Amino acid sequence: MTAVVDVREVTFGYGTTPAVRDVSLTVDSGEFLGLVGPNGSGKTTLLHLMLGLYEPDSGSVELFGEPATAFDEGERIGYVSQQATDRAGTMPVTVRESVLMGRFAHVGHRRIREADHRHVADALERVGIADLADRQLSRLSGGQRQRAYIARALASEAELLALDEPTVGVDAESRDEFYSLLAELNDTGITVVLIEHDIGVVTERADRVACLNTELFHHGDTETFVESDALEEAYGSTARLLSHSH
Amino acid sequence: MTLRHRLELAGLGATALVAAVMFGFVLLHWLQAYPGAGFLYDQFMIAGAWMDHYLGTRVFRRSFMWQQIATGVFVGIVAPLVGVYLVHREMALIGETLAHTAFAGVVFGFIFVALFGVGGSPLYVALVVSVLGALGVQWLADRTRTYGDVPIAIVLSGSFAVGTLFISWGRDRMSIAIDIEQYLWGNVSTIPPEGARLMAALSLVVVAVIAINYKQFLFITFDEQAARVAKLNVDAYNTLLVVLTGVVVVGAMQIMGVILVAAMLVVPVAAASQIAHSFRETIYLSVIFGQLSVVVGFSVAIGQSLPAGSSIVVVAICLYLLTIAVSGGSAKAISTGG
Repeated sequence: MTAVVDVREVTFGYGTTPAVRDVSLTVDSGEFLGLVGPNGSGKTTLLHLMLGLYEPDSGSVELFGEPATAFDEGERIGYVSQQATDRAGTMPVTVRESVLMGRFAHVGHRRIREADHRHVADALERVGIADLADRQLSRLSGGQRQRAYIARALASEAELLALDEPTVGVDAESRDEFYSLLAELNDTGITVVLIEHDIGVVTERADRVACLNTELFHHGDTETFVESDALEEAYGSTARLLSHSH
Repeated sequence: MTLRHRLELAGLGATALVAAVMFGFVLLHWLQAYPGAGFLYDQFMIAGAWMDHYLGTRVFRRSFMWQQIATGVFVGIVAPLVGVYLVHREMALIGETLAHTAFAGVVFGFIFVALFGVGGSPLYVALVVSVLGALGVQWLADRTRTYGDVPIAIVLSGSFAVGTLFISWGRDRMSIAIDIEQYLWGNVSTIPPEGARLMAALSLVVVAVIAINYKQFLFITFDEQAARVAKLNVDAYNTLLVVLTGVVVVGAMQIMGVILVAAMLVVPVAAASQIAHSFRETIYLSVIFGQLSVVVGFSVAIGQSLPAGSSIVVVAICLYLLTIAVSGGSAKAISTGG
């Protein structure tokens, strides 16, 4: 199997203290990787390094076989973050418009064509919100909104889905449906990297788990993760705070 | 097609038509020394005289009034157009900041003209200074990772202070008239033909740049992080947007004045965002509301001998209040935190 992401001995910090130290891991094509760790453990930083948003201080990151920061085929990556990071709350944007943004990396400066609109319609259909296409994003529930972002990634024909705690503030039922959808997409061959604070979700859905607290405490399949002490080591005294289900 | 959509398209069509006529006027005035253009220009002014005749006014026969109307019409289009992105990026106050920078630029312009005896409007120097100011704000924002209040406050008050110092210095040491008040308050009776020409040219550039980069600006405005992941050159588009703002502000402050220029970037957009269903509609409505504010504001100002900039702002705010009433009375919490 070819590696979609290949992280080699990467260290990176904002200022002098490293946020990520000496991390090596690979994400294979079609894999579902769960990235867990306590708050401030460098999960988001590692994800951003994988996506080429930062240059590592040392070590190297390859994305689809190219140095990640030089990688420019943005349409191959879909990104879904926590709800709070975008302007959906105040900016009048329809679901269709937000999903169409997934085509922008393909479209560049040319006009949007019929084929682009077809991709959008298919993506909306696939995540089950075709009936909401002309609604404003701000009028959607948290779960529906996250589906719209998945649709954006599908519209861009992404091969890699990067999700940073996508279900913060989403109700339990919608969350289950969201993760079922994610598993379905993964079954069709889309590679998934998921940051999630709910360890239960990760052990249930992911093929492999990377447990991080600045350094990598575990990287391997889910079964060995559950049996290992990586969680206690990584979380230290905060482990009991996170053992309850959210 | 719904009635609402028809009305919007009609409003846009009317705006485009008025803009085209104004552009024609600026062009004919510029080229009136040439035979064909001179004839058409005369016809335009005769039509203006007839308008005066039927309306019972003494406005449209005057060339200088058309310069102001044309400038106002262009401002009413490009300021909301850029403002749509600024407001939703929570960068509303950047317009105000760059207006203050441009104010310092106008002062430099006066001194430059006096020192080197070159002809021309201080606005050209203001344009350069404003663009440099825009790059400076962007540089500060990149380093503080935010368009926070602090860089905005520093550049806003700092450039005003520098401008004021140079006015004083210039008035003491040079026998030049630094006629700065008109740029502070915006003055409807003093826009020279080259000011209108500058605004027309800037408007063409701004509209073209936004038309070409519409999608990219939308993406970085809506979700900057996702746009970065999609490998858009976010920093370059951010810089371009701020520079466009600097350009618009210089043109707009002739009508609006330094103090009021931000209103045209913000208020029509706030009104549009209140009732728009989509981003496309937000842009349409922003431009329509901007144009409506300018036309009604001008009418009131000319009819009652009031300052144009203030009249335009008050009309825009009335429109905003109206949209709040129409949308059920709750103002959207769009931040203007800089």
